[in-house]
Amino acid sequence: MSLPLDRVEGREKVAGEAKYAYEYELEGIAYAIGVSATIARGEVVSVAADEVLRLPGVLAVIWHGNAPKLADTEDAELALFQTPRVAYRNHWVAAVVADTYEAAQDAERALRIEYAIEEHDVVLREDDPKLYTPEKVNPNFPTDTFDGEFDAAFAAAPVSIDRTYRTPTVHNHPMEPHATLAAWGGDGGLTLYDSNQGVRPVRQTVAKVFGLEPERVRVIAPHVGGGFGSKGTPRPNVILAAMAAQVVGRPTKVAVTRQQMFAVTGYRTPTIQRLRLGAERDGTLTAIAHDVAEQSSTLKEFAEQTAVPTRMMYAAPNRRTTHRLVRLDVPTPSWMRAPGECPGMFALECALDELARELSLDPIELRVRNEPELDPESGNRFSSRNLVACLREGADRFGWKQGPRREGRTLFGTGVASSTYPARRVASEALARANADGTYVVRIAAADIGTGARTALTQIAADALEAPVELVRVEIGDTDYPPAMLAGGSMGLTSWGSAVVKACRALHARIADGVPADGVECRVDTAEEIEGQQREPLARHAFGAQFVEVAVDVDTGEVRVARATGVFACGRIVNPKTARSQFIGGMTMGIGMALHEESRVDARFGDYANHDLAGYHVPVNADIPEINVSWIDEDDLHLNPMGAKGIGEIGIVGTAAAIANAVFDATGLRIRDLPITPAKLVEGLISVSAHR
Amino acid sequence: MREFEYTRARDEAAAVAEIGDGARFLGGGTNLVDLMKLGVETPVRLVDVRRLPGSIADTADGGLRIDASVPNSIVAADRRVRERYPAVARALLSGASGQLRNLATTGGNLLQRTRCVYFMDPTKPCNKREPGSGCPARDGDHANLAILGWSESCVATHPSDFAVPLVAFDARVHLRSASGARVVPLDELHRLPGDEPHRDTVLEPGELITAVELPALALARRSAYRKVRERASFSFAVVSVAAALDVVDGTVREARLALGGVAHKPWRCRAAEEVLRDAPATAASFARAADAELAAARPLRDNGYKVPIARNAICTLLAGLAARP
Repeated sequence: MSLPLDRVEGREKVAGEAKYAYEYELEGIAYAIGVSATIARGEVVSVAADEVLRLPGVLAVIWHGNAPKLADTEDAELALFQTPRVAYRNHWVAAVVADTYEAAQDAERALRIEYAIEEHDVVLREDDPKLYTPEKVNPNFPTDTFDGEFDAAFAAAPVSIDRTYRTPTVHNHPMEPHATLAAWGGDGGLTLYDSNQGVRPVRQTVAKVFGLEPERVRVIAPHVGGGFGSKGTPRPNVILAAMAAQVVGRPTKVAVTRQQMFAVTGYRTPTIQRLRLGAERDGTLTAIAHDVAEQSSTLKEFAEQTAVPTRMMYAAPNRRTTHRLVRLDVPTPSWMRAPGECPGMFALECALDELARELSLDPIELRVRNEPELDPESGNRFSSRNLVACLREGADRFGWKQGPRREGRTLFGTGVASSTYPARRVASEALARANADGTYVVRIAAADIGTGARTALTQIAADALEAPVELVRVEIGDTDYPPAMLAGGSMGLTSWGSAVVKACRALHARIADGVPADGVECRVDTAEEIEGQQREPLARHAFGAQFVEVAVDVDTGEVRVARATGVFACGRIVNPKTARSQFIGGMTMGIGMALHEESRVDARFGDYANHDLAGYHVPVNADIPEINVSWIDEDDLHLNPMGAKGIGEIGIVGTAAAIANAVFDATGLRIRDLPITPAKLVEGLISVSAHR
Repeated sequence: MREFEYTRARDEAAAVAEIGDGARFLGGGTNLVDLMKLGVETPVRLVDVRRLPGSIADTADGGLRIDASVPNSIVAADRRVRERYPAVARALLSGASGQLRNLATTGGNLLQRTRCVYFMDPTKPCNKREPGSGCPARDGDHANLAILGWSESCVATHPSDFAVPLVAFDARVHLRSASGARVVPLDELHRLPGDEPHRDTVLEPGELITAVELPALALARRSAYRKVRERASFSFAVVSVAAALDVVDGTVREARLALGGVAHKPWRCRAAEEVLRDAPATAASFARAADAELAAARPLRDNGYKVPIARNAICTLLAGLAARP
């Protein structure tokens, strides 16, 4: 462990040999395409299926008039074609199945659907009378929390700020779009080659929807081209593939297009966040309130836990956090890299910067002064908390200094923000096998979505086996392997690693006197020890600090990130090479969030106006400076056998705030709604651009 | 997929003879093929003209003639282009990506369609795509659309970078059809939308761009291109400016100025050029020139920010040119 091992499947991927879901081939494949509604709310009145069935190669048209009845429709996003309701524009209201993808496309275009149109509402507003209080926020946090007397403390605070921040709808957009190949066996079993973050949740959900025993569903996903949360649970493509395969009696492929990904594969809710901070003149916080408005669809409730990080970040005796939700005629939001922490810390860390300015206090110092001894919410000890160390170390590495600087027609400024993400793990199983030839195989239904998990698990296994990594093969991404956590919540490696260590240690003990001719294997489950650990009253979180220098063009308001430094405290780093990539990837996505990404709501039509990657901008190479990433060694014994904290998400947390704070430092302009674009800056820059 | 015929033209004469109703000339395909995938363009036949022989040649008067099939990357790298018309090379290099520039042709670049989101979405109305269906951009998603020369029926912008310095330098476009050949000034190639936004250009059906001719223009040697955009690369301009300046003893003898990303065509700034003629080469003159041009701007609800950006970008680009030795 702790060595920068190259990705074990790197050669396979670079050579194009690694197979992704859509690339599997079976005999007699049919192709299904989900047909997108062209209204945002209403009902399907009729589908002119007969016209389309006459076209060459068309096998079936599936809609609510003829769709197989699903056994379970609790998840309404997955309950395809069970009712005539249209819940949002581009909702799949029918499907066409054909011999070839091209024939299916022809059918999709030709299919006439008649609708009864109802008025729609797709715009999130903080004063919407339809806002309500959900019962919990993702995944099961209390919706609201109240400690002390916020109102009185805020009113009495010598210094206070009251600001509203907004983040737009953003989409995950992994490089590989969602895709599934479904094949029913003669025995009624179902095999799915599917692009996902966890074969197990796909199996469980699909089994439930189709009324099968989970063991009848096999899911295969050895290689996945990114997910960022959008593949954490099955999306309609999985259900459509299985349903279409059932209807036409042939294995069926479904490929979600990039444009369809704006509707059917999830996204991050837009947020409107009111932050109120009250402080003494020395910067000691006395009151913190974080009140959030966000959206879900009419189909399903998903309440992002946006204010949850505010519950544990800084000390203050009087605090409130609330979440309100409105159900709009929009697709259902879902997990996207660091749900909760990512948008919530944008607002909190900008507000802290605004308070520091108000107090004429260094923003690092303000954070240090409000560092809590114990978790402010639970009163528990932290298993480890090195936020201050990250801030100090980062300030050193970055050469922290605030104050605008001008070179010609460019303004420079710097900004800082904290990062955090929970350090958790859940029960998983794993199997370790020793072969007589001295090699080892470890099997676990884990997922490598581009993170390097397969490589890190190989290192973890080799370490526990006290064997060289070359002798260890880790096999993942198949429900035939022992069930495990999905790749999500930064819990993948910590959960899988715990099981792998346990299995490998057990195996190592078993083979102390040699390996029998036909090999030997050990299979373990970590449920017991993890349950035991969760009873320990400890707050477990990873922390980090991000520093950014921006360059702002005085004439145009174009913002470019000139330098970025991230320092993280995430326990023990298993593989410095893949870990660095994870941190850089998170920070890069944070730059996109700050400056580029926005799915622009088209209120008239109800969809997103810029629904492709030409219109939805993510950063390109030219936008990304050298990102300086490092970490602080932590020896936290309260986590897992590796001493590791998950690192997949913390990199995106805080980046956007650091950039917004740097833009303020450079220009004196405080942009509280993302992304920070020339349009929002140029008017304010006229006083400095000075073309008279 | 929609079936279509594909033929590769042997030569220009064959190309214009083969083109017919519902057919399109295919250059690099970097825009047309996208639009076919989206269902915006539905040609029954493609006549591939990308492999017609093409070169960049000196003209008798000291200008350059660039054949229509020459890829953008070749034009941008040509030593004569870089020396005599540096703004042209800069404009090309600021467009798209390396891979796209290798494919995209000189003629095709000029005939790109707008990237207005409604034009590219066949499930929505658009007067350009479907005359008479309406223009949702007028009150919809138009933050990157026109501030100059738009009409009630269309507020689209022309996306080309290349065309912006070309229009500033009085480039001429050679056209050929089955019935003959003609030459039009680039400034007259693209139209303002008026009541016929479906017509991007004055090209007649079946007419092919065969070459672009840059006239000899001494002041173009002191020229520059500035592209303003939210992302550092691989994105269309919010506003772009091409400028050339001839300054003698602190006085502007002649200026050339054009804007991109602001109108249905590359926007030649004749009002600004008039203000600059014989004016002192000072910041005040540049600001007056920019204001003279932008007085005609009629921003939409969400694109007023383009006006100060255009003004500032013009002023800074001209000041930079004036300061050059």
